[in-house]
Amino acid sequence: MPMTDSWQTAEIPGPKKASLIIKPDIADALISRAKRPIMVVGHGIIEYEVEGKPLIDCLIALSRKAKIPIVVSASTNKEFLSREFEPAAIMSAVEISSRLTDPEWKGLDGKESYDLAIFVGLPYSMEWTILSGLKHFAPGVKTMTFDCVYHPNASWSFPNSTIKDWAANLKGIVQNLED
Amino acid sequence: MSRKSVNFTIKEINSDLAQFRDLNITIGSITRERWEEPMGPTPYPSLTTLRSWDQRLLSRYKPFYMPFCDLCCLCTYGKCDLTGTKKGACGISMPAQQSRTVLIAACIGAATHISHSRDLLNHVIATSGRDCPINVGGTSVEVEAPITRLVCGVKPETLGDLEPVLDYCENQVTQLLAVTHTGQEGNHLDFESKVFHAGMIDHVGMEVADIAQVSALGFPKADPESPLCELGLGTVDTKKPVILVIGHNVPPATEIIDYLKENNLFSDIEVTGICCTALDITRYSPRAKIVGPISWQLRYIRSGVPDVIVIDEQCVRTDTLTEAAKIHAPLIATSEKNCLGLPDMTDDTAEAIVAAFASGNVPGALILDPEKVGEVAVRVAQAVAPKRKKHGNLPTKHQLAEWAKKCTQCMLCRRACPNDLPLAQAIRLAVSGNLTGLDELYDDCLGCGRCESACKQKIPIHSLIVAAADKKTKEETYCLRSGRGPIQDLEIRKVGGPIVLGEIPGIVAFVGCAHYPKGSREVAEMCMEFARRRYIVCTSGCSAMSAGMYRDEEGKTAYERYSGAFEAGGIVNVGSCVANSHIAGAAIKIASIFAKRPLRGNYEEIADYVYNRVGAVGVAWGAMSQKAAAIAAGFWRLGIPVVVGPHGTKYRRMLLGRADKDADWFVYDARTGEKVYGGPVPEHLFFAAETKEEAMVMVAKLTMRPNDTSRGRANKLANYIDLHKRLVGGIPQDVYRLVRTHADIPLTMKDEILLHLSEHDWKESPIPDPTLLPRLVHQRKGD
Ligand code: SF4
Ligand code: SF4
Ligand code: SF4
Repeated sequence: MPMTDSWQTAEIPGPKKASLIIKPDIADALISRAKRPIMVVGHGIIEYEVEGKPLIDCLIALSRKAKIPIVVSASTNKEFLSREFEPAAIMSAVEISSRLTDPEWKGLDGKESYDLAIFVGLPYSMEWTILSGLKHFAPGVKTMTFDCVYHPNASWSFPNSTIKDWAANLKGIVQNLED
Repeated sequence: MSRKSVNFTIKEINSDLAQFRDLNITIGSITRERWEEPMGPTPYPSLTTLRSWDQRLLSRYKPFYMPFCDLCCLCTYGKCDLTGTKKGACGISMPAQQSRTVLIAACIGAATHISHSRDLLNHVIATSGRDCPINVGGTSVEVEAPITRLVCGVKPETLGDLEPVLDYCENQVTQLLAVTHTGQEGNHLDFESKVFHAGMIDHVGMEVADIAQVSALGFPKADPESPLCELGLGTVDTKKPVILVIGHNVPPATEIIDYLKENNLFSDIEVTGICCTALDITRYSPRAKIVGPISWQLRYIRSGVPDVIVIDEQCVRTDTLTEAAKIHAPLIATSEKNCLGLPDMTDDTAEAIVAAFASGNVPGALILDPEKVGEVAVRVAQAVAPKRKKHGNLPTKHQLAEWAKKCTQCMLCRRACPNDLPLAQAIRLAVSGNLTGLDELYDDCLGCGRCESACKQKIPIHSLIVAAADKKTKEETYCLRSGRGPIQDLEIRKVGGPIVLGEIPGIVAFVGCAHYPKGSREVAEMCMEFARRRYIVCTSGCSAMSAGMYRDEEGKTAYERYSGAFEAGGIVNVGSCVANSHIAGAAIKIASIFAKRPLRGNYEEIADYVYNRVGAVGVAWGAMSQKAAAIAAGFWRLGIPVVVGPHGTKYRRMLLGRADKDADWFVYDARTGEKVYGGPVPEHLFFAAETKEEAMVMVAKLTMRPNDTSRGRANKLANYIDLHKRLVGGIPQDVYRLVRTHADIPLTMKDEILLHLSEHDWKESPIPDPTLLPRLVHQRKGD
């Protein structure tokens, strides 16, 4: 399937479409360049594995390495707690995203606005619409997705990928940060 | 139908001959207004009458727009790219365009209910007369039409009195639709205010429809013990000829029941239904059976069980004729709004129509006379059933595997599926005869058929799922308490105090369509959880069916386990979509009957009361339609929050409060006139939850109101915290914003909450007598 078609075929985007993360370096560069990144994690992450390890462990590693606070939606919190990882906030996807459109909002810690928001694991159409909200109304925030499918409304997205390729990419992102 | 051409009202005449007060004269009829209550400030509000109220709400609950389309293609200037800060050729911005689209949806929804209401009213006036009294609960329901009284300032007594109310609704929807023309409104908040107006008008239209049908068709009248009726595919006696009714406008279906009764055929023929016509036909005759919500259309038709299909309006699959033809079941269309290209046989004799159908040469016909539909549907079912022999369109186990072998694993089906179901994997398993994958998908499948349209191999994927789940479909034998209609005034008097004081933690209404992310069962589980926690749970529409489609560990459905009374721990099915008006009506009646706030044409004050004091929340877990958009908007204007499922983000915007901005949460203290902090309650007005767990926790939070007494707040907090601990983990991070005084702290959680409060620099704040309306301060000073 074409790499940059929306995963849900009918969710055709507008003229402004996400650039591709075709190799881990791109994501790493974006993350390193960001002053205040944040990650929004939905319940869909539970079903994925990255090379035999649950995806959630990969995200925790990434969060720790790159110092990216994680916002979890309600149902995902327990999974993080069971790994002795305390998310920065439990907040629904629409709430955190709506706050990201407010240029006055100084973040969860009240210090400074975020400039990069990474999304992963929300239901596809929900993430699609939320990313659309940010594309139009949060000009100061770049968005990236870590899902294995193409999200046209993000600033940066993986292409539609096989799980294997996607997992290798994600692993690469974390490893590069470790180096 | 000619009714009147002139209408005038005389406030007062004192002459030698007679004295009149409030005499309303229409040519052709004279109605005397007997309602003593003085008229409030806003009878028959126009588009801008309640604008300032809307703006108060919208300043707290700012729209968060999530464009579902970046372009506008509504006029030939377009397509215009509205990305970011770009503007269209007409000058419109993206926020305005999104709210304009929401308004169009709300207008479609309101127009649909109002037009349904008009057709229904015309029908019952034709059968029962314009003077037929409105009676929706005898002496138990004196406030028979709370929304109509509130919005229009009139007290309808007969069916005829409802006509001018619908005239008003039709007029307003026309005005509202005009607002969406190119180059009209340009401000998103003004569009949003008009969305609220459309919602309010929609609720009036729904109320008219339901009180007309309850009054004239003998539906249960505010009856908490309305009969239990059968629900589910497995309840249908497939040995008999079977009629299927689908849609929302019940008269053709009631005529079927009448014909069966008159001809003593009731025990020979099954009458089954899908969607709201099904709900309403069980209100007419509890012997009719409900197959399931909207998503059961394809699976039931393809099963081959229905011998004749009668459709009316709204939410009917538009390819029903094609699907019906495949199982050789004739289709009867009965609504001017839904003709499907069929020949109009309204004026043909019943004999001729039956003969035409029985010949097998006519796949369907339009019959616009409900009485004739009643006779024809029954006779056609009798005539074709022996020939059809339940000819279905589902594959056998062998055929299923053969189809599966054609699959190329291209994934197009999954990519078309609204729920992103793993279809290709399930089909791969089926190649070797393992149907577990397909069987598992049955519960989450919406029956939309998009997967089939996408498949280049033309595999009937939905049919494969249904065939694989054959055992499950046979086991669908549930029950549902038929729609009871309004809430009694007495029930309101009993629960008004406990609700406003917070001892009953809230009213949670599960309403709307069946576009669920994970099947019906989640609705049933949520209903039962809140009933167990002694909330008042209401249900309506497809959600009312879903609430019954699950058995607990003791084998009981929600309707068998819980009472149908409007009381703590009750599960109250009010009825079909239009019966949603009784849920809004109950909130209004709490303000008027329990709190004795003036009702007549007094929208703002009543909405202010409901918003600040009545802990009601709507949950439209599978909201799909434009009608659902309009219904939600009607609740928003009353200050009642609505939670939708993840698909709800496709409504394009949320209305979210900002708990972190203290300045947003000031209210007037009606006792002193001072502006005081009332706390971030209810936090949101329109919220899409990602999962059932997130929804439940949010619902518990959204029942909080600034007026809660400490005992009430403690009760609501206890439920919120307990659900959060169980479903999310730990105590919520925002408890400190919701505890106002030490007395608000639930006793059993005291230590952990005190610890949490100490971590957040918490201070006590007074509990106000809250209002958003400065005029109510002055009004109450002398109390
Ligand atoms: S019919 Fe079921 S499986 Fe097919 S696309 Fe619709 S929801 Fe998905
Ligand atoms: S679309 Fe058809 S061929 Fe492609 S995976 Fe689905 S069932 Fe198989
Ligand atoms: S979006 Fe709705 S109305 Fe449009 S084709 Fe799909 S189901 Fe039909």
